[in-house]
Parts: sequence; C-alpha cells; structure tokens
Amino acid sequence: MTDISTTATAGNVPTDAHEDTHAAHNPALLHHFATEEQQRDAASLGMWIFLATEVMFFGGLFCAYLIYRGWYFGDFAAASTSINAFLGGTNTAVLICSSLTVVLAIWAAQTSRRGLLLAMLALTMLFGCAFLGIKGFEYKDKFDEHHVPGPSFSFEHEPIPGHPGQYANPQHAEIFFALYFIMTGLHALHMIIGLGLFTWLFWAAWKGRFTPEYNTPLEMGGLYWHFVDIVWIYLFPLLYLIDRH
Amino acid sequence: MSIAAPIAPPVERENYLNKEYGVGSWLLTTDHKRISLLYLLSITFFFFIGGFFALLIRLELLTPAGDLVQADTYNKLFTMHGMVMVFFFLIPSIPAVLGNFLVPIMIGAKDLAFPRINLLSWYLYVIGGVMMLHCMLTGGVDTGWTFYVPFSTAFTNTKIVEAGLAIFVAGFSSILTGLNFIVTVHRMRAPGMTWSRLPLFIWAMYATSIIQILGTPVVAITIVLVAVERTLHLGIFDPKLGGDPLLFQHLFWFYSHPAVYIMILPSMGVVSEIIACFSRKRIFGYNFVAISSISIAVFGFLVWAHHMFVAGISVYAALMFSLLSYSVAVPSAVKVFNWTATLYKGSIRYDAPMLYAFGFLGLFTIGGLTGLFLACLGTDVHIHDTYFVIAHFHYIMVGGALMGYLGGMHFWWPKISGRLYPESWARLAALIVFIGFNLTFFPQFILGYVGMPRRYYQYPPEFQVLNVLSTAGATVLGVGYLLPMIYFLWSMRYGKPAPDNPWNAAGLEWQTQSPPTTFNFETEPVVTWEAYNYEELDAPQAGGPH
Amino acid sequence: MFDNFPLWPDRASTAAGNVDALFIFLIIVSGLMTALIFTTVVYFAARYRRRRGVLAEQIEGSTPLELTWSIIPMFVFLAIFAWGAVLYFKSRTPPRDSAEVYVVAKQWMWKLEHAEGQREINELHVPVGRDVKLIMTSQDVIHSFFVPAFRMKQDVLPGRYTVAWFRATKPGTYHLFCTQYCGTQHSGMIGSIIVQEPAQYEAWMSGGATGPLSATGEKIFAELGCATCHRTDTQGRGPNLQGVFGKPVQLEDGRTVTADENYIRECILDPGAKRVKGFQPIMPTFQGLVSEEQVNALVAYVKSLSPPVAAGTKTASAALPQDQDTNNTAGSQVQ
Repeated sequence: MTDISTTATAGNVPTDAHEDTHAAHNPALLHHFATEEQQRDAASLGMWIFLATEVMFFGGLFCAYLIYRGWYFGDFAAASTSINAFLGGTNTAVLICSSLTVVLAIWAAQTSRRGLLLAMLALTMLFGCAFLGIKGFEYKDKFDEHHVPGPSFSFEHEPIPGHPGQYANPQHAEIFFALYFIMTGLHALHMIIGLGLFTWLFWAAWKGRFTPEYNTPLEMGGLYWHFVDIVWIYLFPLLYLIDRH
Repeated sequence: MSIAAPIAPPVERENYLNKEYGVGSWLLTTDHKRISLLYLLSITFFFFIGGFFALLIRLELLTPAGDLVQADTYNKLFTMHGMVMVFFFLIPSIPAVLGNFLVPIMIGAKDLAFPRINLLSWYLYVIGGVMMLHCMLTGGVDTGWTFYVPFSTAFTNTKIVEAGLAIFVAGFSSILTGLNFIVTVHRMRAPGMTWSRLPLFIWAMYATSIIQILGTPVVAITIVLVAVERTLHLGIFDPKLGGDPLLFQHLFWFYSHPAVYIMILPSMGVVSEIIACFSRKRIFGYNFVAISSISIAVFGFLVWAHHMFVAGISVYAALMFSLLSYSVAVPSAVKVFNWTATLYKGSIRYDAPMLYAFGFLGLFTIGGLTGLFLACLGTDVHIHDTYFVIAHFHYIMVGGALMGYLGGMHFWWPKISGRLYPESWARLAALIVFIGFNLTFFPQFILGYVGMPRRYYQYPPEFQVLNVLSTAGATVLGVGYLLPMIYFLWSMRYGKPAPDNPWNAAGLEWQTQSPPTTFNFETEPVVTWEAYNYEELDAPQAGGPH
Repeated sequence: MFDNFPLWPDRASTAAGNVDALFIFLIIVSGLMTALIFTTVVYFAARYRRRRGVLAEQIEGSTPLELTWSIIPMFVFLAIFAWGAVLYFKSRTPPRDSAEVYVVAKQWMWKLEHAEGQREINELHVPVGRDVKLIMTSQDVIHSFFVPAFRMKQDVLPGRYTVAWFRATKPGTYHLFCTQYCGTQHSGMIGSIIVQEPAQYEAWMSGGATGPLSATGEKIFAELGCATCHRTDTQGRGPNLQGVFGKPVQLEDGRTVTADENYIRECILDPGAKRVKGFQPIMPTFQGLVSEEQVNALVAYVKSLSPPVAAGTKTASAALPQDQDTNNTAGSQVQ
C-alpha cells in the first residue's frame, strides 16, 4: 500500500496547465500519473493481478485434471506413457533458456546495451518458435496415432504401466488426451500471444524506446513470459511423467 | 424545498461532456467518466431486453396451462432473462457505471490507472453483448443460465457455444474493470487519502474487484470446457464417456456464487454513501463495515456447493458448506445493523436516494434472511430448485442490488449530468418500485414452499392465484423502472442545472464541478480530513445544515 | 387450507413435520429480525428527521455493540445449522429394511419398478407407514425427484445411483415433480405418489405382478452367462457373489470399498475400475448390452444373495459412502 505522500510536491501542479509543461517530463509518462515511479508501480501491480487471473484460468483445468488423474490413475499413466517425454523435456529446457534470455534482455536495457537487448529479444522469440515447432511435431504424432479425442480416437489394448495384463479404459484415456490438448493448447495460445508481445517489444527496442530509466514494457513482458514458462513447468511433469521409472 | 437554491452558472462551464463533441470523441475516449456513460447506455439497453423477457415469463405464468408461448420458447425466455440480467446488466451495472465514474474522483485521481484498458473493457462488453444479441435473434439458448451438463453438452440443439463465447468475452470486460480498480485504489490515491479515509464505496468496489479477478476466470475456463466438449463430443463431463457432471457444477458455482457478491457489494457501498449523507453523519462502525466488505469477498469463495446439497455430493461436504454459508451471513448482517445504527441521532432527510436506501435496507434484510433458510440443510432439501430460491435471489438482486443502483444513480445524477432530476417524480418511482417489487416476489416464497418448481411454464391449477399476484406486481414494477428512464432523460434537457454539491455531501467527488472537468480536479487534492466529515460540513460557520 | 389457494403444502411423511418445524422456527427468527429492523429504521427515520438547528451527533461506533450483534447471530446461525444438519443426515440415511423402488428417469417421464416387480410410469403406489427407499438413475440428463408433500428431493444423475427415502403417513395422492431443468417438457415431467392403506396397497400389488425384480435379475444373470465365472464355490474365475452385498471388498489396488448399489453397477458396466483383489482382469464390460432397468434387476438379484440386512451390516446408501470412490462412479451410461 504505497502512500503517495512522496508525490505531494508534484501534487500541486495545475492539471489544465499540464500541457504547457510537456517537455519537462519523459514523453512516456502518461497524463493521469503524477510521477514515472507511480506509473511503473501501477503497471507492475496491474501485470501481477493479470497473472493472478491467469492462474485462476489455468487453475480450473488443473483442478479437473487432478481429479480425473486421481480416479483413473492407471488409465492416465498408460496415456501419459504414449506422449513423448523427450520432446516435452526438450521443450522444458527451451522455455527455461528463453526465460534466461528475457532476463538478459531486461538487464541489457537497464545497462544501455542496445545490441544485446535486441539479440536477447530475438533469441527469446526464437526459443518460443522452437517450442511451438516441437509442440506441433508432438501434436502431429498424436494425430497419426489416433490419440486426438473425437470420432477417430482409438486407444485399444494399451497396457497400464506396472500392471502386466491390464489394459487402459479407452474412454478414460480419451479424457486424458482431451485435457492434454486443452491444457497444452491453451498454453501454446499464450505462447503465441507472448510472441506477438515480444514482436512489439523488439520493434520498440529497435526504435530506442527503452532506456535505463524507462523499460517498464520490457519488465511487464518479461513477467508474462516467465508466467507462461512456469505454467509449462507444472504441465510437463503432470502430463508427461505419470508413473515413469 | 429540500435542496438549496441552485446556483446556475451564467455560462456553461467546460466539463467532460462539452469538452469535445462528435462520435469519435466518445468512441475513442479514455475519460473514465465518458466510458461510464457508454456503459450506462449499453447496460440500460440490456436491462430492458432482460426485462422484456421477464414480462413474457410472467404473462405466461398467469395461467396454469402453457398457452402463451411454446415450451421451448419459454425455456429460452427464462434462460435469456437470466443470462442477460446476470452477465450483461447486474455484474457490470454499478462497477462499470458508478464505479468507473466515481472511483478516481473519490480518491482524488485524474483517471483510473489504465484508461485505455477501461475503454477496451467497454468494447469487450459491447462485443459480448452483440454476440449475445445475435445468439438470441438466431434461436437463443434453452439450458437455463446455469447451463448444467449433460443437457447443455449433449442434449440440446440451441446455440450454447455462441452464448458461451458471448459470456466469455463479457467476462473479460469484468476482469479488466476489476483489475483497473484494484490498481487504482492501491496506486492512485491522492496525498493524505489513506486507506482508513476511503469512502466505504471504495472499500466495496475494492472487495468486488477482488472477486471479479479471481472468480471470473474460472467460469471462463468452464465455458471453454463446455464448448470444447460440445463441439468435439468429449467426455470431460459426460458420464456416458467417463466424465462427471458434478465436476461441471463445482466449477460453475465456484464462480457463480462469488458472482452474486459482485452484484451486491457495490450496492452496499452505495447505500453507505447515501445513508451517511442523508443522516448527516459518519457511518456507524466504519472499520467494521469496511472489513465486512472484504470478509464477504473472501468467505464468498468458500461456500459454492450450497447450490448442490441435493445434487449428489457427500453428506460431509454438504455439512461443511452449510456451516461456511452461515459465516458469510454474519458480515452482511453486521452491515445492516451498522446502517441502522447510523440513523440513530442523525438528521435525516427523505430525498429519493434515501428512499431507495431505505428500500434496500428492508428488502435486503428479507432477502438475506431467506438465505438462512436455503443455507439450512434441513429446509433446503425441500425448497431447493423451487420458487423460494427465485424469490430469495430476486430480493437480493432486485430488491437489493438494483435499488442500490437506482439510489446511486439519483444521488450522483447531479454530478454526472450537471442537472437535477425532478424530486417528486423520483420519490413516487421509489415507492412504486418498492410496492411492485414486494407484490411480485413475496408470493413466490409461498409458491416455493408449497412446491412449485423452477423453470416450469405450466403448473397445477392450485398455484394460479399466487402466480397472478406475482404477475400483477411485475407490471407495477415495470412502471416503476420506466419512470426514472423517462425523467432522467427529461432532466438532461429540462432539469435545473445542478450546483457542485447539491446535497452538501462529504466526499471528494462533491468538491469537483457538476459535471466535472475532464481531469476532475483543478489541483490535486491533499486530504487532511476523515471520511464523512459531516460535522465540519454542517458546522454553523460553514453555513449550517441545509 | 384453501383448496384452490394452498399456502402450505400437505404434510404426508414423517420428515414433513420436522422440516415444517424448522421452517416455522426460521420464519419466526426472520420475522422477529425483520420486524426489529423495520421498526427501528422507521422509528429512527421519524424520530431523527431533519429539524432546523439540530445537528446530527457524530458517533464513531461501538466495538462492544459490534461484537454483540456479530456473536449473537452467529450462535443463532449455529443452532439453525445444527438442527438442519440433523434433519439432513436423517434424510440421507435410509432406514435399514426399507422397501426398495428402482427409479429410472428419462426425458420426460419417470419409470419406477418395485422390488416385488410392479412397474409404474409417472406414478408410485406406496403403503402408509412403510419406509420406502428410492434407488434412482437417469437415462439422459440430470433430473430431480421432488415430492413436496414429503419434503423430499433428490437429483437423479446419469451414470450413477442416487438414493432417497421417505415414510408416508397419510393416504392420498401427492404431486411428483421433476425439479431439475431437463429440457422441453421439464414442466410436464410430473406424476403422483399414491399413498394407500396397507390393505389397499396389498390389493394393488397382487394385481399384475411379474415377479420380484430379483427374479428378473436372476434370469438375466443366467442369460448373460454371469454364473460361468461367478460360481458359488471357490473355483470361479470371478468372485462368489453370495453374501457380498453391503460388505467391504478389498480391491486389487489396495483400497477397500463397500459393495453397495453403485459398486455393483460399476462392476457390470466398467469391470476394470475396481477389480477385486486376487482375481484376473478378465470380466467383459456389459455397457451397451444391458438397459438401465436390466442393471437394476441385476443389482436387485445380487442383493438378494445376501441375507436380509442384519444389525451391524453396512447398509448401502449411495449418498453416504464408506469410501468416497463408490460415490464417484463414473460408470458408463447405458441405453
């Protein structure tokens, strides 16, 4: 709960006369804020709250997933075995690297390293594209194996890991795959949005908009990217690593 | 008369309404006050659509037979009535209209934290609204606003996905509004405006916003799951395919119960402001009222399965949720007691806003008390899914939330429009609404206990008398709602120009122009006084009480 | 009361009087509170109306008062909760030797079958003074079995059994309503509960019986070849079903569940879900091969293989599972 008394000195600026004093502050400072610090604090709090809503959004899916996994553990384990944990693991590494490049990009902005900033932003997007590419590959695999829920779904005679002679119930496996596609699909959608965001950040960085004093959009974009990364870090073990030895 | 002689300015001063003209200046505005008026227009539009459906429902229920409309049509009517009223009227109403207008001004800010996101939230609302309209015009939905599975996923041919998407989009509007308010209250308060000096309306809006941001995403994902299951014939909820229909109910009510607190908390905030002003004193127990708003928001998230006592949940779960539901009742009761105590040794005026506040007190009390019946496991088994429930929630949402909204519109109308509404007509409208409302909904408590189920368009003949009473009340109620529409519009042209503080009320909004300038304050206020400083306002040297 | 204008529902079950008592208590509490608030508000509004030269008195608050009017209502609420909880517990615990009626709900009718074999559509004959337990499932969407005169209501779900019970106390004909919105003819899905004196009821029963439901189940059991594996000795490839109903069962995965109606149903429709310890996973599923009514008959048959419920035996009450799992049956829907 920031007390804004520190802005008291700036507080008595007549608001209608404000237009005349434009040159006196950073053009990035929006009119309704008193100081850049207030603007940055507001942006930061806003982004954290938005991420909280995203947690609740994914939370409903995680809740449904955990319930069914508890009920149909064997069937889910069988289904989980059939998705490619190597690709999933690679994707995890890719995303973690991309979070590193994001952090480096922000550091670059804070230390006026334009070249590094642009390079790190580009690298982040490259990692993001790699992630989506690998994901596409996985989806294609699933499509070929008829593991996509719907009329062509088939999961007959798949053994339950650790229970020789027992086979997974195809209906329960279909629930796994439904949740798999919805959860990873929603995550991928957020990645795509993130890529769009970073495209804009790259363009803004190219135009020299970010300085050590002002790099809030980078920070906010970074927060979003880290969030998408963290969601994946939960998704990966839950979906890919059921009962693997 | 009850209002000091208005000081009509010789020349109309520049304000947020006349600063710029042209459709573009409205559709691309980032001024929170203009955006609140954009919302006012849109939600009023949807209110009348939802109200029209209600009228048709009540007309059908005049007779025991299903003879006005067909069964499917009736099912669509109550569904659309519910969806439109909940998602496109009640949830946005006070936050998007009064909240948008007042939150920045009450805390001494020039605008909300994110004005462009504010405009975006309105566009999202409009897009959702257009989608819903289109859905209604091309066939509508017949699942009930609660769209339970497996009916909605596998047994109806109506436009579930489209309606769901419309609500999804409108939900994001709600989330963005809540996000904006929270950041604004945290980061944009004027110097000296500490948390304990905030008007209780701000506390109420803050609590509402918490629910909006945490609850709405859950119904959003639920809608996504229903849409996906329906389109691809999956089995997330369908027992034929291994799914669980109760999972849907849990996910749905996890949002939809807190949603009812989104609908009532803002109204409670309005009532606090009105009662303080028209009793000329600080609300009794300010701290308790503020804390109770937050408590309602928090506890409201813990009680959702009280909608599912006979749905097939375990007895132990039912016990837990019933107990927790009573915990939510306590802060609500505390508020009612505090408002009543505020009247003690006050100096009370009966202007229209106060009449609406009185109406709220009575109707919310009845509505809230009937909640006790529903939270009680023993009685809920009998009255669940009957007209008792319908009466209960209409007492809260219409008798409570809507009366608070109307009271607030009257109270702040001079500030918003720069005009005074006609007081006698307003008092008459308040009375008509109160009478019409009780006549419409009190018989429904009885109907529910004698056993009339919800969502029935034909019923056993012995239920007719009560239904006829209810319909009669509904027509009176309708008149009561039309009146403010008419005289508010009338006042924009012919109403007396309003002084800056016609009520001599406390609060930063009354220290601005009526209507305010675009940036609200000429100089940023520095707050050195407590909220509801009526002592100072009414002190003899300040001109004395009016 | 008035015939054409009832203000109170009939009281025709043992539960009704208790529910009414609680309801009336709530009316009194609410009435008192409403009267208190109303009169206080009206009195204050009049007594403290604006008068020239009289200022309002600024009163900050009173913590003792706040605590009082928080704590007293809390105790009242707790009392209401406790009373309601007791009633609810009773309503969800069918008595041990209730007569059983299987109910299958479908859009938009009620199909009922007594354990003795009588079938009814949209009507249920019951004798006065007898505990009746309804074992209900739906063929399609969620419905709800509501008898206002009995103060009884229970949602009826597809894919599982839900249970309700009552004991009628007054002969007569009472409304049966579906009270969970279920589509076009939701308001037409109504019927009657016909409560008769025992003698009349016996007379009605003896006309047109097809034999007890369990006998029907025994026939289906034989026709489907169940006895091939479910033998009555220890040589069967499937568990011996004698005496199994209502008893705890050890599962392959270590859990223990109670063999209630939902468990038997699940075994028929999804045998792999809760396999009994020590048996191979070779039972085929009968999903799609048996109707809901046939499942009911099979369940009734398996029940009949256990001795009449003795004290201490866990009575199947699908609403009060020993193990949460039996209530979370996601058994497949049957046509």
